Amino acid sequence: MEIFLLKNIDNPESHRIQVYQQTGGYEQLKKALSMKPEDIIQEVKNSGLRGRGGAGFPTGMKWDFASRDPKLPKYLVCNADEGEPGTFKDRPILEKNPHLLIEGMVISAYALKAERGYIYLRGEYPHAKVVLEEAIREAYESGFLGQDILGSGFSFDLSVHQGAGAYICGEETALIDSLEGRRGQPRIKPPFPVNVGAWGMPTVVNNVETLSNLPLIIKIGAEEYKKIGNPECPGPKLYCVSGMVERPGVYELPMGTTLKEIIYEHCGGIKGGGQLKAVIPGGISTPVLTPDKIDVQMDFVSLPKVGSMLGSGAVMVFDESVCLVRVCWRAIRFFEHESCGKCTPCREGVGWMRTVLERIESGFGRKGDIELLQDIASNITGKTFCPLGDGAAGVVLNFIRNFPEEFDYHIQNKKCMVEA
Amino acid sequence: MEEIKEILKRYPDRRGALLPTLYIMQREYGWLSQEALQAAADALNLPPATVKGVATFYAMYRHKPMGRHLIQLCTNVACMIMGAERLVDLLKERYGLEPGGTTEDGRFSLVIMECIGACDRAPAMLVDTDFHADLNEQNLFEILEQYK
Ligand SMILES: Cc1cc2nc3c(=O)[nH]c(=O)nc-3n(C[C@H](O)[C@H](O)[C@H](O)COP(=O)(O)O)c2cc1C
Ligand code: SF4
Ligand code: FES
Repeated sequence: MEIFLLKNIDNPESHRIQVYQQTGGYEQLKKALSMKPEDIIQEVKNSGLRGRGGAGFPTGMKWDFASRDPKLPKYLVCNADEGEPGTFKDRPILEKNPHLLIEGMVISAYALKAERGYIYLRGEYPHAKVVLEEAIREAYESGFLGQDILGSGFSFDLSVHQGAGAYICGEETALIDSLEGRRGQPRIKPPFPVNVGAWGMPTVVNNVETLSNLPLIIKIGAEEYKKIGNPECPGPKLYCVSGMVERPGVYELPMGTTLKEIIYEHCGGIKGGGQLKAVIPGGISTPVLTPDKIDVQMDFVSLPKVGSMLGSGAVMVFDESVCLVRVCWRAIRFFEHESCGKCTPCREGVGWMRTVLERIESGFGRKGDIELLQDIASNITGKTFCPLGDGAAGVVLNFIRNFPEEFDYHIQNKKCMVEA
Repeated sequence: MEEIKEILKRYPDRRGALLPTLYIMQREYGWLSQEALQAAADALNLPPATVKGVATFYAMYRHKPMGRHLIQLCTNVACMIMGAERLVDLLKERYGLEPGGTTEDGRFSLVIMECIGACDRAPAMLVDTDFHADLNEQNLFEILEQYK
């Protein structure tokens, strides 16, 4: 497969507009501006593009909802919050290929008739902020942003909105609150942002990688696009791999590449020739898998069949040297820290799970603690306002289900299986 | 204030500019003191309680004075399995620096981060706005020695 999303990134000047244009950049915008907005939306529907932010929602369908709402103005918001632990896939686009995202956003905005856009960028990416703001300036200068873009009569303004260190602001309704200058807490859905979003207006929120697929769809058309990867959810996909592999990093591969191929071919296998013990396929919130499951295709339809999810495509690899009780504890400490406090089962339950995990991990676990954890987790599941609480409960339940012996060992022997 | 005026142009109402304005005040005052929060409230014509309520929600706004350099070290899972917790211990041993604290000479403050998006090069940290990855027990201090 030809590299598209990460094209040019080895060039130290890849973030500059000249480099981007020399390799065909902004040509797709010209093409798109000669199309009818509704035809672009149809093309995106036909392409089968599904959102890369985690949930995999069909992008064309989301756009259709937004474009049917007559209220104006409309907003286009790029979700560059990238907060899911293990995830660093949007970062190379933001820092090294910012014009691909900008071109994708202008095309999307034109299709949606949105005249104002924001890139909601996590506060932890200060370098990306500098790069994006410079790229936006370049794009204004070249007439790809601002009034009457390339003489089309279409106008679009874009700026960066910097987040301030709250994972929950990656959730689209909390993100909108945060954009409006509020505490970032999830709103009840419906109404959905496509109808009542930023400042009460129809708002499309899409992930960085999703929007960066637009120039490719315009370039090759839906039919060709559908031939990349699994036809049920096609396209190129950025997989970011961390943990105990020889070559961790971000890999652009056809959607549906198997987990095994990613770990053993692209990443060079387990670090130091060790044994694979566990792998999280899509960021810390997605269910952990045992090694017998790694033949699975990494996409939105295949991972659920083995009990997990594609999430953000963040693959975290653990070998025999890693204590999974400790991983589970650290993950839950994260959720406790990031719970926005709006609903009780999440606010109280996640902290309680952390306390119990902490005592198991540090050798003070009691008989019955595993059952206690399962009980707390099942009292969170399905009773929270947003998926964060469910995610936390799922992490605990899945670690216990898949690796019961590690938890038992900790409790019985008051120490870690790995150090033993 | 010119800067805030520019920012206001990006949003349909004044409140939209609150997060960026808080960043500006944090930069100008060093941290979000009562004075800094009041300045943000005045600049945007918002009730001080509203401003404070928003400021306290977000982890990257500082509510006490900080050292000259801010170390933001990630200890989330990918960094943890690559030894980040040992680095936290070393900072304590070498500089007497605890998470959430500041060295006695006011040189460094330390904040523990959740994932900072550098898991492939763990452990990782930000020092002020500079990013450093592939940390270990040696290079951690070589890097920090550059910050006076
Ligand atoms: C707790 C939580 C955190 C999220 N964090 C992110 C994130 O950092 N980046 C992102 O693109 N989507 C994130 N999402 C998903 C968004 O709510 C939303 O579905 C997504 O931005 C839609 O874009 P897409 O359709 O292009 O995937 C998160 C969702 C939840 C529940
Ligand atoms: S589940 Fe947690 S993060 Fe989500 S709204 Fe409830 S308290 Fe907030
Ligand atoms: S876990 Fe430390 S950077 Fe991702």
